[in-house]
Amino acid sequence: MVFKDSNMGIIKVTVIDREGVSHELEAPTDMNMNMMEVCKSYELPVEGTCGGMAMCASCHMYVESDHELPEASDDEEDMLDQAFHVENNSRLGCQLHLSDNMEGMVVRLAEVGD
Amino acid sequence: MIETDILIIGAGPVGLFTVFEAGLLKLRCHLIDALPQPGGQCAEIYPKKPIYDIPAYSEVLAGDLVDNLMAQIEPFKPEFTLGERADTIEKTDDDKFIVTTNRGTKHIAPVVAIAGGLGSFEPRKPPVPNLADFEDKGVEYIIKDPNFYKGKDVVISGGGDSALDWTIFLAEGVANSVTMVHRRSSFRGHLDSVQKVQDLAAAGKINLMTDSEVVGITGDDHVNGVTIKTKEGEKHVACDHWMPLFGLSPKLGPIADWGLNVSKNAIEVDTFDYSTNIPGIYAIGDVNTYPGKLKLILCGFHEATLMCQSAYKRIYPDKNLVLKYTTVNGVQGF
Repeated sequence: MVFKDSNMGIIKVTVIDREGVSHELEAPTDMNMNMMEVCKSYELPVEGTCGGMAMCASCHMYVESDHELPEASDDEEDMLDQAFHVENNSRLGCQLHLSDNMEGMVVRLAEVGD
Repeated sequence: MIETDILIIGAGPVGLFTVFEAGLLKLRCHLIDALPQPGGQCAEIYPKKPIYDIPAYSEVLAGDLVDNLMAQIEPFKPEFTLGERADTIEKTDDDKFIVTTNRGTKHIAPVVAIAGGLGSFEPRKPPVPNLADFEDKGVEYIIKDPNFYKGKDVVISGGGDSALDWTIFLAEGVANSVTMVHRRSSFRGHLDSVQKVQDLAAAGKINLMTDSEVVGITGDDHVNGVTIKTKEGEKHVACDHWMPLFGLSPKLGPIADWGLNVSKNAIEVDTFDYSTNIPGIYAIGDVNTYPGKLKLILCGFHEATLMCQSAYKRIYPDKNLVLKYTTVNGVQGF
């Protein structure tokens, strides 16, 4: 029987909350999780209203590190249109599916509107 | 005054299924929802998305789930107050509740079931500093009566269907001038609407400003213009009205002030019967919280079922209740 290395499939990502506090989180890459879900699992203030369908923009965040990420889909771009405080590095957390090449990624949570 | 047995706040899947379980107990229901149609998030946000975890349905579209629920509860003749938000609640001397909507519609019932999901859908408001000062003074998030804009100079923000459709409608002989402001250069609406807007812009019938954003409002007691950030710097456009059309998002809203125990935007309940800290008010579905809570439609159905048993005992404290099976008794509507 082959056991997985206990560190396999775990990456570290940093989430900067709206108060500017950095949280270094461990996140599994083999659980089909995305950044919105990682934030929720650590009880960081990310709503994820639509559950991760790129339909609400409540998980809007900025990617602060220069990681190469898959391009945003049309759905994601369309949803970002309805968000506010959008910058060039804006993404929906729910569309950032965790993968090993995200090791060390830094994201910052966007302000939520009224 | 609208009278019923169970007043359900929120006509999403859980609110709708409550009508069925209540109906089996011969309790009548009336539903209030801020949206103009029943179905809640399923109808408003993701009607075309398949759901895979409804028992016995390997796959069902969210919109179809709502249609099926509406058919299922039809025998129990539910009534609806749609497009109105439940705003206030007061208790009567005879232990009933009066719930009044933002439009003043009053409802009275001995039991209130809050099935409000994530809250009522409200327009997304852009982060413009003096926005609140101009609400209903030239800033409108929803266009109710297009004639209101006859002969006026208007600015519309947004890049979706509602921004595109209203731009087209108001540009064709209604408003005096229409400026459409969109943050990007591409649009996400229907292709023919996008084409139409671009044609109107090319013909000089609208002022289309892409890669631009409204960042300020000018005026004294009414809007007289907006400041727009463009790639070339800030510009001022004179106008009578600004309509930011950025879609809807749910807010718990006034329910948060009803005296219920609320934790992290959800109402705390007792899992025995999903009752809140106020006897007679229950909370079911995504709006409630308890240890182990999962925000799933199927959990909401279970909560609604148990809640109805408790509601019956509150309404008829002296009657004995025995669980009846639909296989034995069928469905006897009103």
